[in-house]
Amino acid sequence: MSRLTLLSLQLLVAVVALAMWHVLTTVPLFGRILLPPFFFSNPIDVFSQVYKWFSSGVIWKHLIITLWESVLAFVIGSVGGVLVGFWFARKPLVAAVFDPYVKMINALPRVVLAPIFALWLGLGIWSKVALGVTLVFFIVFFNVYQGVKEVSNTVLDNGRMLGMNERQLTRHVYWPSALSWMFSSLHTAVGFAVVGAVVGEYLGSAAGLGYLIQQAEGVFDVAAVFAGMFVLSVFVILIDMGVTVVERRLLVWRPAAAEGRG
Amino acid sequence: MADTAQPTAVALDDATVAFRVAGDRVYTAVERANLNVAHGEFVAIVGPTGCGKSTLLNVAAGLLKPAAGSVKIFGQPLAGLNRDAGYLFQADALFPWKTALDNVAIGLEIKGAPRQQALQRAQGWLTSVGLGAFANRYPHMLSGGQRKRVGLAQVLIRDPKILLMDEPFGPLDAQTRQIMGNLLLELWNADRKAVLFVTHDLEEAIALADRVVIMSAGPSARIIGDWRVTLPRPRDISEVRMEKQFHELHREIWSVLKDEVMKGYVQSTQAAEAS
Repeated sequence: MSRLTLLSLQLLVAVVALAMWHVLTTVPLFGRILLPPFFFSNPIDVFSQVYKWFSSGVIWKHLIITLWESVLAFVIGSVGGVLVGFWFARKPLVAAVFDPYVKMINALPRVVLAPIFALWLGLGIWSKVALGVTLVFFIVFFNVYQGVKEVSNTVLDNGRMLGMNERQLTRHVYWPSALSWMFSSLHTAVGFAVVGAVVGEYLGSAAGLGYLIQQAEGVFDVAAVFAGMFVLSVFVILIDMGVTVVERRLLVWRPAAAEGRG
Repeated sequence: MADTAQPTAVALDDATVAFRVAGDRVYTAVERANLNVAHGEFVAIVGPTGCGKSTLLNVAAGLLKPAAGSVKIFGQPLAGLNRDAGYLFQADALFPWKTALDNVAIGLEIKGAPRQQALQRAQGWLTSVGLGAFANRYPHMLSGGQRKRVGLAQVLIRDPKILLMDEPFGPLDAQTRQIMGNLLLELWNADRKAVLFVTHDLEEAIALADRVVIMSAGPSARIIGDWRVTLPRPRDISEVRMEKQFHELHREIWSVLKDEVMKGYVQSTQAAEAS
């Protein structure tokens, strides 16, 4: 199938879905409107809401707050995950001692931590960052741990026979392997950073996309809820495209078939 | 530490290698192996699958410690890794996150050579293994044969006195094996190192080596034969196979090896059925 046909088919799906939404919420069929506008709004209201946000510039403040929280959560969670994952993998005793606690914390649905973080860190950005960190940290931690553990014995033996000492093995073998696993989980980690930020905002904040959606919901402004969801998904797609670009640069050495771990 | 006055590069003296398997059972892979490799000598070890050829090589490399017996490298008892040896592995052992050039240069860099100088010499080595134009490729972008060439350059750039090779051309197709064999002989002729070359291919062994050592089927594999190959050098792998002397030697060694190969085959099928 040519790119053009594919693109037009993809567009067709959007057009049909939007048209059905519009018709079902505005035009009476068999004497009544099937989707009540109070619950489902309609595409025109939703997009005029999006337009209003962008034309008045209100949305930028919220977008920047959410972006900033996501970035902080990602950076702090990743650095922590890499360091601890690497440390655990190289020191099996430490890993064995902490293993049950790591599993316990990871088993906890992170949303329940949000009130605690709000209590400890207030309603500003840091409680959202903390929530994002708890999500990102474990993704990165497990991937880095795995990355160090999965280094091929032959490659290690080769390093040793080439004269590497432990420090050089760490730098030239363990470290690149761990980072490659971390990079392969970039998409998941970045996604979770955004989830942490938005959920945190939703549960209590004064700014951000999550706050915007929560506010609209509070006054039964369904159009604004849908508008917020739309802006959020475009926001995540744009970030994800950025991640793909970064990933291509960082993982040039890896065969395509091995991608997609994590 | 060693020079040509000390002729024995690798000396295994009654080396026995055993592994602990499943509790207290001990599996003896190699029993009382005696093997000497002189300085500049090319020795091939041939034996049936699973006979412990690679085990013997790992002992010479210092990756494995023998349960009994001794290993001497240039007259010195081996403690830890064999720092005089370069090891070409059977499986892919290149660093996948480094380019071909960086893979070759690494051996010098970790010795503290300045990066520019290391890269320059690595480029030279890549050219001598015929990959001068592939310096910036990553291992996954190279074919199996090309990866072996990079591996060879990676080992040789460190100028080891002993070269240990574990079925290095095993996974390659027949034509590529011949080309690699000739490349190896060419590089070895330029600078004769002691070589210990493990293979299951008797023809390859005779074509390459000065001496062919035969091992019996495992477990408790022993060295059961040692033939000198006096075919003139320099040799061409594909042409040397046509010579009468090659055929006679092949027939003679094969008559011994054949029984072991059959034993090894029967054992491996029984082991597969038992498990």
